[in-house]
This record gives sequence, C-alpha cells and structure tokens, in this order.
Amino acid sequence: MASNANVFKEYENRIPLQIIEDVKSNLPDKVTAKQLKEIMEEVAEEYSTSLIEPGESVGIVSAESIGEPGTQMTLNTFHFAGVAEMNVTVGLPRIIEILDGRKNIKTPMMEIYLKEPYSKGKDIKKISQSIKQTTLKDLTLEVVVDISEFKVEFTIDLKKKELLDIKDKQLIAVLSKNFRNHTIKQDKDKVIIKPKEKSSNLSDVYKIKDKAKGIFIAGIKRISQVLPVRKDEEFVIITAGSNLKEVLKLDFVDPSRTVTNDIFEIQEILGIEAARQAIINEVYKVIESQGLNVDIRHIMLVADTMCYRGKIRGITRYGVVSEKSSVLARASFETPIRHIINASLVGEIDRLTSVVENVMLNQPIPVGTGLPDLVTKMK
Amino acid sequence: MEVDYVVKKIDALKFGVLSPKMIKKMASVKIVTPELYDKEGYPVDGGLMDTRLGVIDPGLKCKTCGSKLKECTGHFGYIELARPVIHIKFKKVILDLLRCTCRSCGRILVPDTELQKNLTKLNKIGKLLGPKAKRRKVKELIVQLKTISKCPHCNEKLQKIRLEKPTTYFEEDKRVSPIEIRTRLEKITDEDAVLFGLNPEVVRPEWLVLTLLPIPPVTMRPSITLESGERSEDDLTHKLGDVVRINQRLFENINAGAPEIIIEDLWDLLQYHITTFFDNNVAQLPPARHRSGQPLKTLTERIKSKEGRIRHNLAGKRTNFSSRTVISPDSMIALDEVGVPHVVAMKLTVPERVNDWNFEYLKEFVKTGPKKYPGANYIVRPDGKKKKITEETTEQLLEELEPGYIVERHLMDGDIAIFNRQPSLHRMSMMCHKTKVLPYLTFRLNPAVCAPYNADFDGDEMNLHIPQTEEARAEAEILMEVQTQLISPRYGLGIIACNMDAISGNYLLTRKLVLTREEAILLLGSVGVDDFSDLPNKQKIDGKEVFSALIPKDFSFIGRTRDGAKVIIEKGKLKEGYMDSANLGSGSGLLIRNLHKKYGPKETLVILGRIFRLGIKTLVNNGFTTVLSDTDLSEVDRNKINDTLKKAENRVYELISVYEAGELDAFPGRSVEETLELKILETLNKARNEAGRIVSQALNEDTHTFIMSKSGAKGNIINLAQMAACVGQQALRGKRIERGYNKRTISFFEKNDLGPAARGFVRHGFRQGLSPNEFFFMAMTGRDSLMDTALRTPKSGYLYRRLANAMQDLKVEYDYTVRNASKKIIQFSYGEDGVDVSKSEGGKINVRRIIERITGA
Repeated sequence: MASNANVFKEYENRIPLQIIEDVKSNLPDKVTAKQLKEIMEEVAEEYSTSLIEPGESVGIVSAESIGEPGTQMTLNTFHFAGVAEMNVTVGLPRIIEILDGRKNIKTPMMEIYLKEPYSKGKDIKKISQSIKQTTLKDLTLEVVVDISEFKVEFTIDLKKKELLDIKDKQLIAVLSKNFRNHTIKQDKDKVIIKPKEKSSNLSDVYKIKDKAKGIFIAGIKRISQVLPVRKDEEFVIITAGSNLKEVLKLDFVDPSRTVTNDIFEIQEILGIEAARQAIINEVYKVIESQGLNVDIRHIMLVADTMCYRGKIRGITRYGVVSEKSSVLARASFETPIRHIINASLVGEIDRLTSVVENVMLNQPIPVGTGLPDLVTKMK
Repeated sequence: MEVDYVVKKIDALKFGVLSPKMIKKMASVKIVTPELYDKEGYPVDGGLMDTRLGVIDPGLKCKTCGSKLKECTGHFGYIELARPVIHIKFKKVILDLLRCTCRSCGRILVPDTELQKNLTKLNKIGKLLGPKAKRRKVKELIVQLKTISKCPHCNEKLQKIRLEKPTTYFEEDKRVSPIEIRTRLEKITDEDAVLFGLNPEVVRPEWLVLTLLPIPPVTMRPSITLESGERSEDDLTHKLGDVVRINQRLFENINAGAPEIIIEDLWDLLQYHITTFFDNNVAQLPPARHRSGQPLKTLTERIKSKEGRIRHNLAGKRTNFSSRTVISPDSMIALDEVGVPHVVAMKLTVPERVNDWNFEYLKEFVKTGPKKYPGANYIVRPDGKKKKITEETTEQLLEELEPGYIVERHLMDGDIAIFNRQPSLHRMSMMCHKTKVLPYLTFRLNPAVCAPYNADFDGDEMNLHIPQTEEARAEAEILMEVQTQLISPRYGLGIIACNMDAISGNYLLTRKLVLTREEAILLLGSVGVDDFSDLPNKQKIDGKEVFSALIPKDFSFIGRTRDGAKVIIEKGKLKEGYMDSANLGSGSGLLIRNLHKKYGPKETLVILGRIFRLGIKTLVNNGFTTVLSDTDLSEVDRNKINDTLKKAENRVYELISVYEAGELDAFPGRSVEETLELKILETLNKARNEAGRIVSQALNEDTHTFIMSKSGAKGNIINLAQMAACVGQQALRGKRIERGYNKRTISFFEKNDLGPAARGFVRHGFRQGLSPNEFFFMAMTGRDSLMDTALRTPKSGYLYRRLANAMQDLKVEYDYTVRNASKKIIQFSYGEDGVDVSKSEGGKINVRRIIERITGA
C-alpha cells in the first residue's frame, strides 16, 4: 500500500530502519492507515524510552557481559560427535585469541561459497582439490634416496596428478626453478633430482629430499585441507588454512559470501569495517555455540574499541590499554613501573578523566551519577 | 547549622624527574649517619629515623611540622652521594642518549640540515606513537646517515658505546664512569633533548645520574616493636642503612686518599645498594637479602603486581561497616530484603544526626546502650570526637547529647545495606537490600535472588556493607536496589525470577491441582495475599484460578510453554496453558519481563515474590520429592532399550570388522582410523538418544522427578535417561577413551579391543549401577572436567580483567555517542541504534505487542 509507505517514511528519521522493518514484517494484512499511524507513534515512543541514558558506563557493562559468562565456557577444542568436521578452536581459547588480536590464529578456516553451477555440485571434487595446496610430497608415493648415484627419486602418483590437472612441463618447470644447479629428469612416473656437481657431503642429498618435498606445485598456498560440504541445498567448501586474497580471485568462487575466520587477513584485504564485522561475527558465533546469551551490542562495543583507530589492536597491554590517556590507568593494569618512568621522562600530565585514577585519589568518577559538574552554593 | 563545604578536587597530576636542586629543596634533613637510635632508644639526629622526617612513635612530635603521629604525613630527607650513581630505571635512556650524541660537543649525531627535514615527521611520530617510538626513529635516522664515524658538528671521532648489564657503560673497551656520563649528559642541549622525547622542563638528561638521593619519610617505612621490646626495621630502612653506610665509607676513603681500586670497589658497592634500593629484582644482580635469606621488598616490589600499592591499596580499598557470614534461604522475606542476625545488627551502626525533632527518639537508643537491641554504640561530638557508650558513660553522655551530635545507632529493619557475593562478576553481584533483623547467625536471603549472586546454600558466605552517608544511601537505593536489577543488561531478560521448587510448584498448581475454597484461601494467605475477591465464588477452585489471583486484573499476555503449548492470560486470568520455566524462569521469564514492562520494577518485585511463595507453599501442602521408583521402567521398555543398545553394539562390531578387513572408506580429509571413530561415536550416540526417547515416553508423567525436568525446575531428559537407562559414551578430549595401558584402556580388556565397552561406553544406567570398569571411565572424565574448570577459571578471569581495564572509561555522552576518556568517538550511536539492552526485551523493541494491542489481533 502506498499510504503505508508514506507513514513509514515519516518515521525514518525517528526510528532506526531495523525497527521499521520489524514492524513491516509483523504487520497483519488488514490494518487501517489510522491504526498504522497509531502503531508507529507508539513504537517511536517505546523506542525513545528505551534509549540509553547519557553517562551510562556502557564499557564496563559490556566487559561484564562478556567476562561473566567466560567462566561457563569450555576450554576444550572439540568437534561434535558424528559430524565429519575439522578441528576448530572454540570456546574460551577462541575468544581469547580474537580479543588478543593475534596475528597467527590456531586454526584458520575458510568457508568458500561457489557460483552456479558449481554450487549445485558440478565438478565439486575437482574444484576443491584444485584449491588445496599441493606440494611434491602430496604427489609422491615413494621417495628413494640413492646414495651411490647421489640422487633422489620421487615416484609420482599419476592418478592424483591427473585429478589435479598438473602437466609434466609445469612440474619440471617448478622444480628446476627451485633447484638451479641440479638436473631434473622425468621418466614416466619417476622424477629424479640430481646435483650437477657432485658434492662429497652425504647430508646434501638428504637436504635435497627435504627441500623437494616441501616444494609448492599447485593449488593455493596455506590451504592445507579441503572438505566439500552440503549446506542447505548447496555445496560449500570448508578449508583448513586460509588465503582470502587468492581464493577470491578464483572465478568459480562467490566472493560476496566467502568468509575466513582470520581477522587480520580480512583487515588487510577488505578493510577495517569488514574486520570489525568479522570480530563481531566470530565472537558471537562462539558465544552462541556455547549456548550462552549475550546481546550483540556488547560484542559490537568490544569490536569497536579494538578497531576505532583504523587497525586492529588487541585488548592487551600492548594494544588498547597502552593508548589510554591516563598514566595511572595504564599503570594500574600491567607493568606499572615502566609507565611511570616513561611518563616522568616526558613530563606527562594526567588529567584524571577516566575511572581508576579517580578511584585512586578518592574522588568521584566521571561516569554515571558522577558525571554532572555542578557547583552549588551551600548558603 | 551552617557549614561551609570546601570541595577540593585534584585536577591533574604531573609526572617528572626530581632535579638535585628540588631534592635538596624538599628535604628537611641531610642524613649523615647509618645509626638509627642512640643508647636511650631515641632517634639519632641526622640518622635514618630522624624525627624531622616524621614520627612513628606515639607521643613524639615531628620536628619539622610539630604534628603528632597520624597527623604528620612525613617529610623527605636526602643524602649527598660521594660519587654519582646511575639510576637503574633510566639505564636504557642513558644508553640511547650516549650513543646518539657526540662525546665531545654533546650535539645529536644528525646534521642540522637533515634534522630540519625530519623534524615534522619526528614530532608526528612522537605525538602519535609516544616518545619511545620517537627515540627509536632518531636512532634509525643516525644509522641511516652513516655518520657513525664522525660527529657532523665537531668532527670528533665517534666510539661505540655498550651497556654491560646492569649499570656499567663501556666505550670501546674503556669503562665510562658515571661522572663522565654525567658531564656528557650535561652537554646535551635542551633542543636536542626534545628530539629524544625528553621534556627539558621536567627532566634534564644529567638528572638521570644521581648525585643526591632523596630519603623517604619514616612514615612510609615504619618500624615495628616486637613483643620482646626489640625493634624490627622496615626493609627500606635496612636498605637505606646500607646506602648511607657505604656512602660514608666512600667519603672517608676519598678524603683519606685511598688507592683507586678501593674507591672503585666501594663505588660499585654503592651503585649496587642504590640499584637494589630501587629494584631488588634486576636480572643480573643478586637480590639483597635479610639475614634469614628472604629477599628485601624495596621500592619497585612495593608498587608492582597484585599485592603492590597500586592494585592492592589504590585501585581497591578496605572498608569498615561490613560483615560476612554464611547465608541461608528464607522465602518469606521480600526479595529486596536481607535477614541480618541480631549479633551483627548490634555491631553495625548507622549514624544519625541529632536535631530538635528526633532528639527524644535518638535519646532512647543512647539510653538502651550497646548491650541491648536496639541501642547505640557511639556518639560523635560536633568536633568529630567519638565517644563510646558504656554503662559508666551513659548517664553523662545522655546529658551531653544535643542537636548537632551524631548517634551511631544499631542497625534496624528497613536500613539500607549493600549485599555482595564474590566473585563479583557483574553489577548484580552487589545489590542494595533493606535490612531485616532476625534471630540466629546467618544472613537470610530470598532464594529468588540466588541467580544474580550465583549463590547456593552449601556453605556460601556473603558480605554486607552499611553505607554511612546520605549520598551513599541515596545512590545505593536508586542505582543498586534489587528491583532496579531485575532485567539483566547482558541479554535484556529477567535474571531475578523463579527457580527450582517455585517453578515445579507453580507447574503443579496450574496444571493439575484443584483445591477447595478453604485450601485456596489458606494458600493465598500464606503467600501474602489478603484480598480474595479475585477468587471465583465456588467450592472447588482450579489451580489456575489460584494463580490468577496474583496477576493484576488488567494484565494480558500470550506466550508459550517450554514445549510450545499456548499460554494465555486474559485480563489477569490464566485461561489456557500452565506455568513453567519458559515464563517464570531466569534468563527467559517472558511473563515476568512483561509484568516489569507494564507495572514497573516495584510492583513486579511484589508479584514475583508472591508467585515464588505460591510455588513453594503448593509443594509444602502437597509434598514433593524424588524417589528411586521414579526411574523404574517396565519389563517391555527395559527390553526395548536393551535391544537398541545391543543393536548399536553389534553395528559397532560390524564397523570394526569392516575396518579390520581394510574395507572402510575414509571421510575426505581423514584417516581410516578417524573415520571409524567418528562412525562408532555416531552410532553409540544415536543409541543413547534413542534410549532417552524411550525413557521419556515410558516414564510416568506424574512422578515428581519427571515433573522437575518437565517444568524446567531442574534436570533434563538426558539426566533422566542416564538414571533410568544408559549413561552413554564417556568422552575424553572429544574422543572415546584411548589412554591407559599398551593398546588397551584397562588390563581387563584384550589388547586392540575397539568395542564400545573397552573404550568407555557406559551401557548401564545409574539406577542399575555401573560395572567397575564403567565406574573407572566415569572417574576419568570426571577428573578431566575438574581439571578443565580449574584451568579455565584463571584464564577467563584474566580475560575479564583485561576487558574491564580496556573499556572501563567508555561512556555515553550527552550527544549519545560512545566515547573514551580522551573523548575519542568509539561508536556514533551505542550498539548502532542507541537502545539500552536492559530496557529492551531480549535486545529488541517488542513491536509485535504494540501491533497486537492496537489492531486487537
């Protein structure tokens, strides 16, 4: 109805869109314009009474809301019985990992969504294998180190090679690039690496073996495991290891839905706003999976404190806490002496604008009821 | 009474380094002797306990300010060091300064032209990342310029300087004495010092090398007199004694013209003592110790860590007017009350100021005295002097009492108190209650407030604080009272609600019971209702109607029970459905949330209290227990469960034989062994769930045990199934139990047995009893989960501390933005829509209710 749209429009400035959408979806079919108006007026009223009050110390409330259920979370990384899923860091360790702002997370993972027709299962096995990082080791069935001849012989798994669509030429090219002073011969399923100059040192030949094993041949780096999974009507590839940049370049990948759990990678490739959302999603996922109930607003606030400077900083003494304006607030957290010494060199001035330093000095804290600055004459 | 309140407020604190001049200026004594007391036991003049430094003995007067003990905060002294000494905490800065400046002209090792170029960049770095980053940048700059060989200003050849830890500096291989260092630092210009992130207004580089040492006042290092009359000095005094002694020796030796080696040795010793005076935990130095061998606690150790000054005494403080004892439940007191034992009430007091109107009233308390209740313990004269009321003084004090005095009377019903249980993880861990003085020795609280405190009655203790000023009481009442905390700010639903018996009681009442009119009236009366006009005028009264009597007449509500049945309350009458934890319980409690929205906190508290008592009284009248026979199963059901388990076990053996034949297909990305494990787990879990399903169908719905789980009071179907049928697989680290002996878990089994029983599947139920091996497996997982808890608590505690520390100064400003202490915007609107979670319903605005009300749907 056109008239309804007008009414909604009228309230757009007063009520967040989310709530208007909520009203729309809950509206019964028959509703008169007058009733709608009444509803919207009431909703607006309700919204304005539900607003947060100035001075509310939202930070500490959020910290409590996340910290308190922390004791109820499990420590174990575990995968649910019966479901063939990969190991995932969950529970408290995962939350700590996210909030620390660690660059290298324990179990990086991706969920790769596909475009049609691949999402319907076309070539799914081939596609997923092609993403996986393949080293020479993955292709080999057997390695023979020939000490007398001073060479290393790899027996290649031809079936696998075919599946991954690796050409002989490509294989040789990669190997010769990595072994400059060696001759590389290929004979059916055998690849032989031999140094051009004979070295007297026996351990050299083993070094060749070890180096060759780790040589990257095809696929995407850092993706160590792939697992195509059916997820409501479509196929999704779940990977262990993450490389967002390369995966998004693939033409069968749906880049708008593909996600990784590596927040730093998201920051680098998609920017800080995406990283903020990723933090929110990841933390929320953990809390939800533990069957706990924490409002999303608290997680948002944590994510925002981590991200407002334009890059991710962890909730640690090197991150968020180190940037507090107050010397005493920093000192009360960790390494107090260092903070005081450094402050003394610069002649830092503590304006006592936050909470702890005022607690230390027995003064009212500038949040909540301590906020109003009012001078009254007592006479 | 006219009082001029002078409100003093500290506006800012400035940090800096003391200059020698300042040290001298603020000192009241020059310390010259390591002796502390003379023969008579009086402090020696010029000693470390000099009375000009302040007093710690009662009776003595401070020679500097003339005040007595506790009035005088103490005064600093100083000693003149015979030779300068490096300040250990500045050693790195000194090294940087020495390395980056010329040894002869003292200028920074960057040509002026380069300096000009980089100046703005440096300042920017200093501003954004702090002085440390700036210093690093200067160093980088010097390395880049490759001017290391010669000074760009005076062409002096440069030499490499290194720091031999802890405090010795070497140039090439020659030692640089602190005197030399000091003269070099003196040469650095103010302009250059700024480049290193030093502020010349508060710190000159040469001040980092000590020539004078301030002596802290005795008040911060008081000595204690032991019972034997012996004096035991503070650790700091000991250390200072060492410093003074060596310093005097050094002076004497220098004056006597002793050989250089001796002087050097003494100098190093002085350096050691001063270093350990500042920090007794320097990596390369042996810590200074007492004669008993325990290390001294010097300045750094005093400040540092959890037990240090900052976290122990400044960020957290001790309090008076508090009390702690065991708690026990009492559902007959209101939710916002706390039962206080008589003994406690006679020790904790509330100050009341005497005026013309309450004069007689307060006089009564003084007359009763401290030994009878309700009396008073002290009176405070207007000049602040406190007088204890005793039998002897009562008469005299009564006469003396007049307006302006303060009477500290005993705690009485209705006084404001703050009640707390540790760990105080959220704001609901400290709530304001009204006191109710009761007999016996425990604090009493209504079991409905157990949830926010996370309290139970297996020996828990709680703390009670009595605010002493009007401001504190007002604030506690407005911000912390139980009724203001009904809705958790964590998820926007009720946290204070019914639990346990209150839920099962109401469930029984609203689902099954029919009472006679007398019974109904008796029940309602015992709950605290005295108006029975709501009850229908008939002889048999349904439980639903009894429950309805507690609901306000204009309240309507549509909700669902735990298993989805509709609950309809129309105009204060429960028409359809029954009560269970979905509507009454904590963390869901939609009924209570709606009551709160409509009638406000105060009314809700009363209604909630009544509903709670209604549940409990119903159970008291009808009896409620749990018996072994509740988990009895019929022969048929037992066989059914046995069959299910047998089948599952057979299937597992099948899987194993397939695996052993090498014909098992692995899941992608998994080994065959892992696949087998997963499949076995799946099979066994399915079987257990199936058993659970059979149990839930088979058990009599009227047994009390079943009602408990059905109503959501306590326990769930899985618990029931574990009792009646089968406990199920014990999992260790997400897998079946694998550890133990070589290739088997217990020697009872054969090697390589992968069957269910050998890997921790407990096929019996608790009712039947476990076999010994099953019991052992359960003990394994039990220990594991115990460990998990023990390891988790400190981890999550640290996470919480970090979160709280990082976010404590975020607040909503008047423009509704969220900002931190330096007024930087964190969020433009709190939570993107500015809604307070504790005012929302589960984080949302409930538009559906509004729509339903207006459209009448």
